[in-house]
Amino acid sequence: MSRFDPDSVITLAHGSGGKAMRDLIDQLFVAGFDSPELRLLEDQARFDLDSLSDLGDRLAMTTDSFVVDPLFFPGGDIGTLAVAGTVNDLAVGGARPLYLTCGLILEEGLPIDTLRRVIDSMKRTADAAGVRIVTGDTKVVPRGAADKLFINTAGIGVIRRGCDIRSDRARPGDRILINGYIGDHGAAIVDARGELGLDSPVESDCRPLNGLVEALLDGGIDIHCLRDATRGGVATVLNEFAEASRCAIRIEENHLPLRDAVRGTCELLGLDPLYLANEGKLVAIVAEDQAEEALHILRQQPGGEEAALIGEVLAEPATRVLLTTGFGGERIVDLLVGEQLPRIC
Amino acid sequence: MKYVDEFRDPEKARRLQQRIEAVMLKLRKDRGRPLQIMEFCGGHTHTLFRYGIEQMLPEGLEMVHGPGCPVCVLPMGRVDDCVALAERPDVIFTTFGDAMRVPGSRKSLLQAKAEGADVRMVYSPLDALELARRNPDRQVIFFALGFETTMPSTALTVLQAKNEGIRNFSLFCNHITTVPTIKAVLDSPDMQIDAFLAPGHVSMVVGEQPFQFIAADYGKPIVITGFEPLDILQSIYMVLRQLAEGRSEVENQYQRIVPKNGNDAGLQAIAEVFELREYFEWRGLGSIDHSGVRMRGAFADYDAERKFTIPNLKIADPKACQCGEVIKGVIRPWECKVFGDACTPQTPMGALMVSSEGACAAYYNFGNLPDLLRLREQKDRRKPASTGADAA
Repeated sequence: MSRFDPDSVITLAHGSGGKAMRDLIDQLFVAGFDSPELRLLEDQARFDLDSLSDLGDRLAMTTDSFVVDPLFFPGGDIGTLAVAGTVNDLAVGGARPLYLTCGLILEEGLPIDTLRRVIDSMKRTADAAGVRIVTGDTKVVPRGAADKLFINTAGIGVIRRGCDIRSDRARPGDRILINGYIGDHGAAIVDARGELGLDSPVESDCRPLNGLVEALLDGGIDIHCLRDATRGGVATVLNEFAEASRCAIRIEENHLPLRDAVRGTCELLGLDPLYLANEGKLVAIVAEDQAEEALHILRQQPGGEEAALIGEVLAEPATRVLLTTGFGGERIVDLLVGEQLPRIC
Repeated sequence: MKYVDEFRDPEKARRLQQRIEAVMLKLRKDRGRPLQIMEFCGGHTHTLFRYGIEQMLPEGLEMVHGPGCPVCVLPMGRVDDCVALAERPDVIFTTFGDAMRVPGSRKSLLQAKAEGADVRMVYSPLDALELARRNPDRQVIFFALGFETTMPSTALTVLQAKNEGIRNFSLFCNHITTVPTIKAVLDSPDMQIDAFLAPGHVSMVVGEQPFQFIAADYGKPIVITGFEPLDILQSIYMVLRQLAEGRSEVENQYQRIVPKNGNDAGLQAIAEVFELREYFEWRGLGSIDHSGVRMRGAFADYDAERKFTIPNLKIADPKACQCGEVIKGVIRPWECKVFGDACTPQTPMGALMVSSEGACAAYYNFGNLPDLLRLREQKDRRKPASTGADAA
């Protein structure tokens, strides 16, 4: 598909609206994303309402921007993130994600081959999630005005009838589930920045979660609350649930799935894995009598093999998240102030 | 995980808890006030909170969180100096991560970075030296701070720089010393501490001997303590046992790391590069004699204080701040007038709210804030009207 020289780079001409931009759109985006809506090259993508309403009774819409450094890291890249992130934001509302947009801000001098690799990842991840990238936009900024490549994606999905997932639906007695190891993405990024020279690299958990959510809903699970635990980690999501539902949440440190390599990175730097970012982890709250069933369903699915029950919802102390430590003590898990910084000694 | 989980075994913790309870039964009998043990080191404070250890301790036993968090006790004037150095266009200013957020009188290093200063987070002084090698046309300054624990690594880095003839590398030296600081706490008239946990990593460098005067001259039991939760529980038991048996000695719980005489090579490097300052200013504690070090004259070329002009202004702690009383155990962190209101981790007024190792930040982050503020109100109401909170 390519007539671009593999060594060529993005220039300001690629954003000027002329021939160079047209070539970029045709050869990289239309060919790369390969969706019928995009091939029409209109200024907007158009959808048939009837086929949407067959899937459910409400639309869901979301947007997210991606600025990760480095662009490529073990387990994914900015393209995987840009698709999975928006797909997951739709999925955790109970929506079936359908269509995504792709806005790109490119720094002058970006190798076109880098862009091609990112577009390929986006397409691969979109296929895995069963969504199509249907419209987009590209801007090129002078060198230094952006860091290599920024991506914005917006997405639309349809919520099935009867599905009512809200952060304020946690009730005392409910159980809390997670679909696998925590902190992998955050640890992978620390590692990929190369400042520590660790010899057991962790892979990012970056992946679409809509398959897991659909499996739960198809299995008749009434999910009370559901979020993907991205920036701020599991601790932040649990605090959001506790606050919105005016309940307390207690989790067990020993039940949190945590890889040795991630734990090692955290021990070394004085970080808390509960606050590390994830890009393929959902935290779900379900009624006690559906908890085992939900766990069983998650474990049958790709990306849910290591799912675990990590805690329960209590009435008091309202809005607080408590952690029973593996050592036998108890502490409060609060929202993080600022970013986590490595400790001196 | 190997070599970590062994020191976090809940079953062993329960057994230690029972022994602590048993010895406390004896100690509680004829006491009018709670027994206070000070953990000097911020790393211990962090472990106490991270594992919820205080909730595992019996009634009548209080941990007092000492001044051993080097980030917390850094006075505002020194942070201002850092910012002034970092804002020089020819400078790459390098620092450990948790010093980035410490507020100066105008701004923190994090804010200076946002405004364009070249501030970089490093994990070791050797990373800073590497930056100096790779940027020969820039001046690379390493913000050296910490107790004796981090002194050998900065001293050895300076020696390395001198050996290689690297001229664009220097230290902004804010290293502080442990023993004069403990002595200042012991000498303060309102001090009520009954026993100490000594800092494990400082001891790894300086050995057991420097702590002898605490046991011998002040009659206080002291145990050199490791940083895993079982280390701390065991050390608490060891000081309580000394108290119950009427002994005051230096005991070493952290023998797997701390040799009796410390680390010779480390001490030599320290002695070669650093000398004691007459006094050093501490946030919350004021000026303490011989509590800091500076670089010797032979290393003037590597001393940012001599190489560059710095403002070197003294900025007084805010008046409402009661960090000094918290550090000495006179009041609990949540009893301070500004705790949780004017002073929070987002807007720290005092030293102890600044770093995650600071006692107030730990209570704020890991404690139940509404409950703590309620406790403070109850306590204020119980006080006679004439004294008021200001008398504390």
